[in-house]
Amino acid sequence: MAAAGWALRGALPSRLWGRLSPLPGAPRRAAAHFAFQPDPAPSEYGQTQKMNLFQSITSALDNALAKDPTAVVFGEDVAFGGVFRCTVGLRDKYGKDRVFNTPLCEQGIVGFGIGIAVAGATAIAEIQFADYIFPAFDQIVNEAAKYRYRSGDLFNCGNLTIRAPWGCVGHGALYHSQSPEAFFAHCPGIKVVIPRSPLQAKGLLLSCIEDKNPCIFFEPKILYRAAVEQVPVEPYNIPLSQAEVLQTGSDVTMVAWGTQVHVIKEVATMAQEKLGVSCEVIDLRTILPWDTETICKSVAKTGRLLISHEAPLTGGFASEISSTVQRGRGKNETGAWQFP
Amino acid sequence: MRKMLLAALSRVLQGPAAAGRTASRVMVASRNYGDFASEASFEIKKCDLHRLEEGPSTTAVMTREEGLHYYKTMQTIRRMELKSDQLYKQKIIRGFCHLYDGQEACCVGIEAAIKPTDHVITAYRAHGFTFTRGVPVREILAELTGRKGGCAKGKGGSMHMYTKNFYGGNGIVGAQVPLGAGIALACKYFGKNEVCLALYGDGAANQGQIFETYNMAALWKLPCIFICENNRYGMGTSVERAAASTDYYKRGYFIPGLRVDGMDILCVREAVKFAADYCRAGKGPLVMELQTYRYHGHSMSDPGISYRTREEIQEVRSKSDPITLLKDRMVNNNLASVEELKEIDVAVRKEIEEAAQFATTDPEPPLEELGNHIYFNEPPFEVRGPNQWIKYKSVC
Repeated sequence: MAAAGWALRGALPSRLWGRLSPLPGAPRRAAAHFAFQPDPAPSEYGQTQKMNLFQSITSALDNALAKDPTAVVFGEDVAFGGVFRCTVGLRDKYGKDRVFNTPLCEQGIVGFGIGIAVAGATAIAEIQFADYIFPAFDQIVNEAAKYRYRSGDLFNCGNLTIRAPWGCVGHGALYHSQSPEAFFAHCPGIKVVIPRSPLQAKGLLLSCIEDKNPCIFFEPKILYRAAVEQVPVEPYNIPLSQAEVLQTGSDVTMVAWGTQVHVIKEVATMAQEKLGVSCEVIDLRTILPWDTETICKSVAKTGRLLISHEAPLTGGFASEISSTVQRGRGKNETGAWQFP
Repeated sequence: MRKMLLAALSRVLQGPAAAGRTASRVMVASRNYGDFASEASFEIKKCDLHRLEEGPSTTAVMTREEGLHYYKTMQTIRRMELKSDQLYKQKIIRGFCHLYDGQEACCVGIEAAIKPTDHVITAYRAHGFTFTRGVPVREILAELTGRKGGCAKGKGGSMHMYTKNFYGGNGIVGAQVPLGAGIALACKYFGKNEVCLALYGDGAANQGQIFETYNMAALWKLPCIFICENNRYGMGTSVERAAASTDYYKRGYFIPGLRVDGMDILCVREAVKFAADYCRAGKGPLVMELQTYRYHGHSMSDPGISYRTREEIQEVRSKSDPITLLKDRMVNNNLASVEELKEIDVAVRKEIEEAAQFATTDPEPPLEELGNHIYFNEPPFEVRGPNQWIKYKSVC
């Protein structure tokens, strides 16, 4: 399988790096590094409404709290609506025993969420920024991910969903911009999901909440206001572990997730116009467990693969995808997924 | 005639002490400051104690020099923070900016009670401490605007300012407290009679690692003073809504604690002096709660009025403002005149303006430095930028 992590040398748009060579003393950042490209309104889920990303998250949480009487939403500052307005109105609607604030203690929040989930209620925890998830890393990796396995399926915390704002936002610097999906990809037992748009976010979040495994749902914070789409008001599900082919092509496969999907969509358009290169654009959507079939099938067709993500290069999830693709298979020798 | 002149001259040169008046110096200038007292003593609030038989003294003596120095420092910090507010709204400072105005008595009082060889570590509301620990205003403002003249070469910004014996400037809430205990261990190990002050806020007081640190510090009797700057709100959450116990000075449980009025600089100074002496004597750590208030919101993106009323802010400003409290004390006890303090205000304003000018005109760090300082002392290697055609050299 001839796959390589290169493609369009010299043809990538200068806006990808234009913002890195400012004039000295000039004001920074005149524009975002991408343009959000909305998907058309779906017709199969009923009436739609214009929503941005945080409103679609609120709508998903609203649906979840309405459908499931055991569901609770908690985190730092969620009661008044959240620092990104994702939980506006929920406390008034569902009461203060279902939507409540926690003190400033991430390890406590996730540990507590695992407990709620194990006892049978649906726990939707919010970590205020993905950069702050590390105190909770032990709870996620050592407790949440392994609960079902170590108890022989007697107990599980599948009712737990952790949401966190993720990714670069321009002014976030060290501690409000991180993309830690690669750390969690190394941990069997949990699912990691990253939407690219409001429409995707609501469906994927509802799937995460209903999924019987602990899920981490990263929300690209730069899209909270920037991404606006027609989103169905009623609940709907988008399946996990299924990548979506946004655009078919024959010359190169381009894979991304979250905000980068919009960047590579633009790149694909420019490549077509300027170079006559036909790109197949894939949104991975679920990082763990990831859809090896779609990616491998696509690369088998095009013969070339380009993966783009915001996280650091070394040990980033692109290395997992590219090595799997080059190895030619996504499961181990017996054809089974790897164990915890 | 000459003898009379000589006598008059010698009288003047001997100074007014010869004339039997209490003044600390003679100024050969147009104004006569000889009317001021050299020092005064003040009654300060008694501190609440936890597991301590006695607390800091309830009388504090402040000399004129000290008073003027505290006033100038607090006023500089106040104006620097207001300037940062202005620059942020003009988008010359970007990113995050957590302002310290209202809490000046804490950092100035702390600095007055410790030595430059002692160590301080705090969270992200660090501009005041950066100044009291010795970084000039122009370097602080240049760091805020991200220029190469800044104290972290423009790479740190508001939350990451450092200098000798000041370990920042830390973004992750509560993470600096275990670091502070480690610094205290080093102090004990090197045996130089130094202490470490690890500061954190009322929000951070609920983090697990703080309790882990209390345990380690008490177990090993580390010379660490844990100081909780309780400004009543952790971002937008009031202390009553976040904490099962708002007696932050008792949170150390087995560690003795003090609760101090953080708006009174002399209270803070005496308490920290007491704590530093306690730690230097090898008795182990102490927990201190400074009850203070911030006028601005949590950061520049927080107006600060959605979780508290304007009346509350106004009330604190009028009744407990640390600079006004000091000013009233000095004027009422004849340590300075209103005009003299006004002159200091004018000088401070000028200094801040010049610093702001420097901060806006200094060039940004060159792009070649973007990849530096990732590791130490490795041969220079290449760091990939956002795509594989952008490479930065990392010089360590």
